[in-house]
Order: sequence, then structure tokens, then C-alpha cells
Amino acid sequence: MAKRAEDAVIRVRDLSVGFSEKLVLDHLDLDVYRGEVLGFVGGSGSGKSVLMRTIIGLLPKRSGKIEVFGIDVDSITQTELQKIEQRWGILFQHGALFSSLTVRQNIQFPVREFLGVSERLLDEMAVAKLEMVGLAPDVQQKYPSELSGGMTKRVALARALALDPEVVFLDEPTSGLDPIGAGEFDELIKTLQRTLGLTVFMVTHDLDSLHAVCDRIAVLADGKVILAGPMSVMLASEHPWLKAYFRGKRSRVAG
Amino acid sequence: MLTSKRTGERLVLTAAGPWTAIHARDLEPLVEAQAQSSQPVRAVEIDVSGINRLDTFGAWLIERLVRAWSQRGCEPKIIGLPADYSGLVQEVHNVNVKPLPPLVEEGRIIRGLNAIGRTLVGIGSATTLIMQMLGAVSVASARAIANPARFRLTSLVAHIDRVGWHGVPIMLLVTFLIGAILAQQGIFHFRKFGADIFVVDMIGILVLREIGVLIVCVMVAGRSGSAYTAELGSMKMREEIDALRTMGFDPVEVLILPRIVALIVSVPILTFLGSMSALYGGGLVAWLYGGIDPDVFLSRLREAISLDTFAVGMIKAPIMALVIGIVASVEGMEVRGSAESLGTHTTASVVISIFLVIVLDGLFAIFFASIGM
Repeated sequence: MAKRAEDAVIRVRDLSVGFSEKLVLDHLDLDVYRGEVLGFVGGSGSGKSVLMRTIIGLLPKRSGKIEVFGIDVDSITQTELQKIEQRWGILFQHGALFSSLTVRQNIQFPVREFLGVSERLLDEMAVAKLEMVGLAPDVQQKYPSELSGGMTKRVALARALALDPEVVFLDEPTSGLDPIGAGEFDELIKTLQRTLGLTVFMVTHDLDSLHAVCDRIAVLADGKVILAGPMSVMLASEHPWLKAYFRGKRSRVAG
Repeated sequence: MLTSKRTGERLVLTAAGPWTAIHARDLEPLVEAQAQSSQPVRAVEIDVSGINRLDTFGAWLIERLVRAWSQRGCEPKIIGLPADYSGLVQEVHNVNVKPLPPLVEEGRIIRGLNAIGRTLVGIGSATTLIMQMLGAVSVASARAIANPARFRLTSLVAHIDRVGWHGVPIMLLVTFLIGAILAQQGIFHFRKFGADIFVVDMIGILVLREIGVLIVCVMVAGRSGSAYTAELGSMKMREEIDALRTMGFDPVEVLILPRIVALIVSVPILTFLGSMSALYGGGLVAWLYGGIDPDVFLSRLREAISLDTFAVGMIKAPIMALVIGIVASVEGMEVRGSAESLGTHTTASVVISIFLVIVLDGLFAIFFASIGM
């Protein structure tokens, strides 16, 4: 199935990012299509998080072009950029919940700032989002330091979804979770993606997640995307790194 | 975006346009108006076929309409829902919104008493913690004396470098200015009585006994005490202190003892340098502003002060340093998970140590007066 270019929600062209002497991303191209779950893999330190952080504007780039929703993020004003930022949600690897706010305040924070809706709707939406990520409403009053690892991830996902974004970036969503918790989280991402029609950009190391939720996988090596496609393409590849990654000791053939 | 049409006993609500987060502010009053309306109808239909975009916010507002009407015993029917959105509407339908337990409002008197009680308990527990820390540091230093190889010399040197050596310029500058200001004010007022020359006595005694050590301690509490609290606190937050403990190290011995010893070594040196700098600043102003020649200043100073005057200031310095170090460590170890807690404890560390330094200074004044120093 050939995807049309205009379906790309995120389009990265010729992107280079580096720190001092070292070039981490070397003229990289990547497309993320509307409504898909893209799994992004690569060795530790290969620059997966760097790419994600560059797309969402946390790291400066040396050269290249990044288009989000068809808009070149370099050519727009601060206000327009803020509009775009309201259309994506980010789940940071360690949750990045605001430690001095309760769970409810964390989820309400962007809504309160940007939408100006009534207090009643704010409270109702906080409960709705918590239930959607599979948490009981009584965690609302807790502080982030009182949550377990899995709950932190779920609350962070609820906050990422607070403004009903079109795209969510997930940085290693299942890291630090037990296999059952990770499986449930995968299931959750898939369900939410289907009900909310999300586009998901997921940096992950979890082979089970890749099998379970990803429509397409992009592989980063030597600063470039060396291969992108569904799991079948990954398994068929003869590239030594891909072979080791997908068909190595720790992988299992998907049932 | 939401219109209603009533035919007989049937009410048809027609929703159209984008029902998304950014429109929620405009949609909510419309939905509320419909939900509150008390039209005597038997059947309600919500026609959503005109909605071109729907997200959780929109779906929830539709759900609100549904719930409002079902409460009145009239289950509304949603018609024209696109298949893409049925999952979302279903999901939202299952959300169980219970009103949050209301916060218990206390009377003003109760609240006031509550605050006083909590503060007193806080002071009590802070005192206990300071005593505990003092004990733990004593035990750790006893162990270090019994077995000097255990003491972390490298860490001590690094902390002396930070607290002492790097603190020298700012201490010299501040005490120099204080000495100069004291001299200027003294000369200005003493001149009215023709007692200019007694400014030298005042500066000499005040700087060496009180001001030198006080200014240095306040600066050290703000500069190094706060840094200690923040360091220990963030190590606590990231479980670094727990990690140390599980490896069989005593955090007091590894982290706190070298820091406190560094303060005890550095503060007397800083006090000495600061006092000299204040005397220099005072002398300079006395010469330039008051016309007191340096050799007159020095000979007058020699008469005014004795070794006791100098000793009083220097004896106080290491004890003040110990207090600052203990308070900083106690507050650092009390930091809990949040960033706010780190801020609160860092503030508390500085405020409490400056307070204790001043109280202690008062006690010393009484003590030295009674032994005739």
C-alpha cells in the first residue's frame, strides 16, 4: 500500500544533529503517517531520543527540515508553534510529572492553561482521562512521589492525552514495567490509538511492544534510518544488526 | 453547534461542526442549557451526524446530555454516529464520575490552633533531628579518630576548596565594606562629641568580637549551607543515599562528616581573613574620611583590643560552623520526593542556621561577659 506524501503528519528531511564534534543524526529522513503506530528502534546511544527531542523542539538542529502537520516548524512564529505544540502530547521516559502538583492537577495543567473551560469540566475530564488509561479515580489526590512506576507512566500518558492531541510521542513507554504491566500498557496504547485516532511515535526497545502494537518500524543506525517497514520486512532483512536485534537470542518468533 | 427542535413530545437535539477540545469552552454552555431545560418530553434524540470532528471533550459533552436526560427517566438515543467515533463514545459512556469528597472546612479558630500546634510539633521534631544528627556526626567522627584511614580526606579537601578557598574573595569584599560603613557611621556621629578617635575602639572590638564572625557565618550559611542542603536533598530524591546505605556505607560518614569538618576548618580561616579585611576597610575610611592617620589608628587599636577580644571571635567560629553544617545536613536528609520539598528545605536550612547563629552569638555574649573576657 503506497502512502501519499501528504498523509505524513511528521516529515523529517535531511536532518543533522550533533553535539560539539560528534554528529549523532547524519542527514536523516523519516516520515510518520497519519493514524499509524511507528516504532522507532536502534542501539543504545544511537540517537533515538535525540531525534524525538529534536522533532519536539527541545534540541537544536544543525541542518535539515522538520515538517509537522505539513508546516515547517522553522518558518513559523512562536504563537503558531504553540498551536502545534497543543496538537501533540509527549510521554517522557521517566514520566516528568510535576512533583509539586497532584495527579489531577498534573492532568488538568495544560487544559487549564490553554482551553479555559469550567472547573466542572476540568474535573470531569481528569477522571475521564484517568479511567481511559486504566486508573481508578481515587489516585487523583496523590502526589507523583506516591505513585508506583506503572502508575506514573499511566498518569504521564493521561497528561500527554489531556488536550486530545493528534500525535503522541512515547519515549520508551514500557521500560521499567514488568512483562504483564508492559503488555497491558501496549494494549492500552493500541486501544487509545484506535478510539482516539491517534498517530503514535514510539521509541522503544521492547520487542513485544513492536510485535503487538506497531504498524511500522523504523530502524536507526549510524545516524540514519536504515530501514522502515512492517515487522515482516524487519524479519526478512539480512542486515547484521537487524538480524541480531529481531532474530537474536532475546527475540521470539511472533505467534 | 447545538440546536434543538421539539415536535410534540419528541425532542431532537442536533449537534454539528467540530466538537473538539478547543471548542469546549463555547460548547459547554450550550450543552448545559439543554441539559438544564425542563421541557416536558417523552423521547429525546441526539443527532450527531453533523459533527465532523469529535474528541474526548466533545464526546464527554454529549455524554453529559445523555446523563442529564436519563436522570429524568428519558433515555436519549444517539443517531447518526459515524463508526469511527462509536468506540470513543462508548469509552466515555463507561466513565464513572463521582463527586470528589469535599474538603472539610474548619473554623477559623480551629485552623489557627491547628497551625500553632503544627508549628510547635515542627520545632520539637526539628530539635530532635538536630540532636540526632549531632549524635550521628559525633559517632562518625569518633570512628574516624579511632581509625583514621576511614576518613575521606579527598572529599574533605574538595569541600574545603569549595567552601573556604572559593569563598575568600566574596567574604573579603563584604567584610571590607562592612568595616568601611561602620567607620563612616562611627566617625559621623562621634565627631559631634569630639570623640572621633574612639571609632578605632569601636571598630576594633565590634569587628573582632562580633561582626567579623557573624557576617562570615551568615554568608557561609547562605552560600555553603544551602548548597549542602540542595546536594544532599537531590541525592536523597534520586535514591543515591539509599544506594550508599545498601552498599554498607554510612551516609553520615561518607557525605556529611567531610562537609561539616570542611566547614569547621574553613569558617575560622574565613573569620580571620574577614576580620582583617573589615579592620582594613575601617582604617582606610578612618584615614580618608576621618583624617585619622594609619599609624595613629594602629597604635590606638593596639591599646583598645587585647588578645581576648580576638580570641572571643575565633572561639565562636568553629562552633557556628558546626551549627550551620548540622542544620544543612538535617534539612538535606529531610527532603522528600518533590521539587517543592527541596526548595522548602533549602530555605529552612538557611533561615534556621542564621537564626541559630545569632541566638548562639547572644548566649556567647552572656557567657564571655560572665567569665570576664
